[in-house]
Amino acid sequence: MKTKSETPGATSEVATKPAVKIFGVGGAGVALLDALNEEEFAGAGVAAINTDAASLSASSATVKIHLETKLLRGLGTGGDPERGRALAEEQFSTLKSACDGANVVLIIAGLGGGAGSGISPVLARAAKETGALVLAFVTLPFVCEGNRRQQQAQQGLEQLKSVADGVICLPNQKTFKLIDDNTSVLDTFRITGGLLVEGVRGVWRLLTRPGLIQIHFDDLCVLVRDRHSESAFAFVEASGPARSREAVEKLLAHPLLDEGRALAEADAVLVSLMGGKDLTMADVNRVMEQIGRYCERAQIIMGAAVDAEMKGRLSVTIIAGRNATARAETPPDLPDSVASPETTPRSGNRQNSPMPSLSMEQREHLTARHSGRARRAVNKLLQTQLPLAIVSKGRFDKSEPTIHKGEDLDIPTYVRRGVSLN
Amino acid sequence: MFDDSNIIVGLEIGTSKVCAVVGEQAADGTLNIIGLGQARSRGVRKGEIVDPKQAEEDVRNAVVEAESMAGAEISNVYLGVTGGHIRGFNNRGVHPVVSADREISDDDVQDVVKNAKAINLPAENNVVHAIRQHFFVDGQDGITNPVGMLGSRLEVDVHVVHGNTNRLQNAIRLVKGFQIQVNEIVFNGLAASLALLSNEQKELGALVIDIGGGTTDYVVYVGGVIKHTGVLAIGGDHVSNDLAYGLKVPLSRAEKLKLEHGSAVVDEAAQGRAVTFTNELGLPIKTINVGHLQRIMSLRLEEIFQLIAQDLEQAGLFDYLRAGAFLTGGGARIPHIAKLAPPILQLPVSIGQTNSISGLKSALDQPEFAAAIGLVRFGSFKNRKRDGKSSLAQGIKGAISSLLRRS
Repeated sequence: MKTKSETPGATSEVATKPAVKIFGVGGAGVALLDALNEEEFAGAGVAAINTDAASLSASSATVKIHLETKLLRGLGTGGDPERGRALAEEQFSTLKSACDGANVVLIIAGLGGGAGSGISPVLARAAKETGALVLAFVTLPFVCEGNRRQQQAQQGLEQLKSVADGVICLPNQKTFKLIDDNTSVLDTFRITGGLLVEGVRGVWRLLTRPGLIQIHFDDLCVLVRDRHSESAFAFVEASGPARSREAVEKLLAHPLLDEGRALAEADAVLVSLMGGKDLTMADVNRVMEQIGRYCERAQIIMGAAVDAEMKGRLSVTIIAGRNATARAETPPDLPDSVASPETTPRSGNRQNSPMPSLSMEQREHLTARHSGRARRAVNKLLQTQLPLAIVSKGRFDKSEPTIHKGEDLDIPTYVRRGVSLN
Repeated sequence: MFDDSNIIVGLEIGTSKVCAVVGEQAADGTLNIIGLGQARSRGVRKGEIVDPKQAEEDVRNAVVEAESMAGAEISNVYLGVTGGHIRGFNNRGVHPVVSADREISDDDVQDVVKNAKAINLPAENNVVHAIRQHFFVDGQDGITNPVGMLGSRLEVDVHVVHGNTNRLQNAIRLVKGFQIQVNEIVFNGLAASLALLSNEQKELGALVIDIGGGTTDYVVYVGGVIKHTGVLAIGGDHVSNDLAYGLKVPLSRAEKLKLEHGSAVVDEAAQGRAVTFTNELGLPIKTINVGHLQRIMSLRLEEIFQLIAQDLEQAGLFDYLRAGAFLTGGGARIPHIAKLAPPILQLPVSIGQTNSISGLKSALDQPEFAAAIGLVRFGSFKNRKRDGKSSLAQGIKGAISSLLRRS
């Protein structure tokens, strides 16, 4: 799914494009930044921020910001977001000056630890104050990493959502769908990192590549600005004669889109297609038609671009934003029986033959299957939570309740008023 | 409906006890309590019958006991009613005086009272009381008897107490099952106030709070007339239930703890004091903290007073209560309750004393019998008024007898 190289002209084009700065925060963020630090991103300012000197020295980022006070004694935050936050607040001006001059600030971080969860929200605020559009790409820890990290990550995520324009969040747990029993830990992290990097790359291309149907910087702003919510994103690539169908299938099976659920709930969707010179209008149409079917209520912003390198291939980037109120938090480990179809990189056939169009039957089959899945998914989300503690009314269990201004007076007063004994 | 005997019986089917009080009215109108019967109530929750079979048995026991003590047969009773469904409000009736000389006649008074009682109630509700307050003649306030006065416009304020017909009927039918006539149903709060308050206190303005087992009834007198009534379906049962829940003990144990260690304010000495129960072998089974017990009780009682205070505040009656508040009912027995209430109600609070009635000392001293004694009092007023052929008595009787006839 990775694109290999880019045209050398990319850098010159960047000048006319919005200035982008990419920050990697914390251990995970810095590591992911290295994966990004290819020539493709040459136009962007890349900065690594961490409290841990060792991780910074290994980084290839051009700008390194080492947050440190005597209190930490060079040991990092020790997994405590409060320390990370305090440190970042202390050096707020440094962070702000680092963000200066950027139109778009991308923050990459792994939430759950001290630096990622603590510093990112402060950095986002600093960037916001300089007037930049702030997009954060974050990962949430695996469930097996423990409760504390989960909580810290959730807190960090909430804070980030409240300051950043958009947060694109990848719960690591979701990548379990992409791996099998034999996948090594190293590979697993590479996959999660890869997914995040793809997201960043997708946004990057959106901003920097010339388009046939241009997506302006403004469009992105409309989609993410002040939404303060979690956006879902996906990046897929397909090749071969059936690439448009394949791309849509991959999208709908994408773990980050919750098998299309995120699309169904989105109220604004940005779709960016990129193909070679052989990109046909039929391809574009087919992809958009399918996506449009999923998100009927959403505002769809569409862009298409041509890249000579992409001959025979089609890449689709989707960013789906939803209002924060639109749905409750989805637990990171959604039980889902739907197995994702192959998502591993494929060799693909580079033949440039005309696309065989889908038979009517096939198409119906495809859409029926997908719409059914989406509907089921929506139903699942309607499930509500029962209150945790049910106070028994004892003697008055069966009698008519004494309700006074909405309060059930049969429940002991001390329980209703939250008075603790002891 | 009224027989000529001078025996008056008040029957209260309460949540914690059923109690029948027999009074004898002398020729000069003074009352003497001659009999008292009571039984533990098992079929009542929050002042309303939930198990007629059990309630029937309890009523029979209480009546039999009262009969044997008084040495008289009980053939008719004044029945006390309460429950969360009972509401009170004020209404005004207007009547133009049409006679040529503009003199207000008896008929005019009856008409205006009738108008005042023409109230738009929900279909399933029935009037328990329509208590006359003051007359207005051409807007002039504070007239108690306008007959013979001159005026063109006669108005009257009444306080109407009403409740759900079916629920009221439950108790009436149960009593009728014993071949005992129900003379009238009386709101318990009203009955308690009749037993406690002197005329002077009614004139000054007083609040009577009857904290019973299942409900707390309250009545406000201003300027000698009833201005406000209310029922909270919270009572001693709730206190016991809170304790059972909070201390994690069975209800019967909670009841006992309430009686032994209960207090309306948290006693400094009780803080941290522990009580241990033992089983029949003398082995400790559970230890509870008396401080917690009193805390739970105190909060519940505090809330009861707060709810009453809110209600009175809304009705704007606090400024008129110069005689203060009087507590009665089983809840008045809770130690220190007279200390808890004053800061919440902003009124002087005392435990009500049943006065101006002679007879059994054992009955008169107990706050929990106040309502039943008040029922007898109510009956004696009715008798007197019948003798005096008061039009009001007829009026009220009419309202209620229509209810009784339906059962």
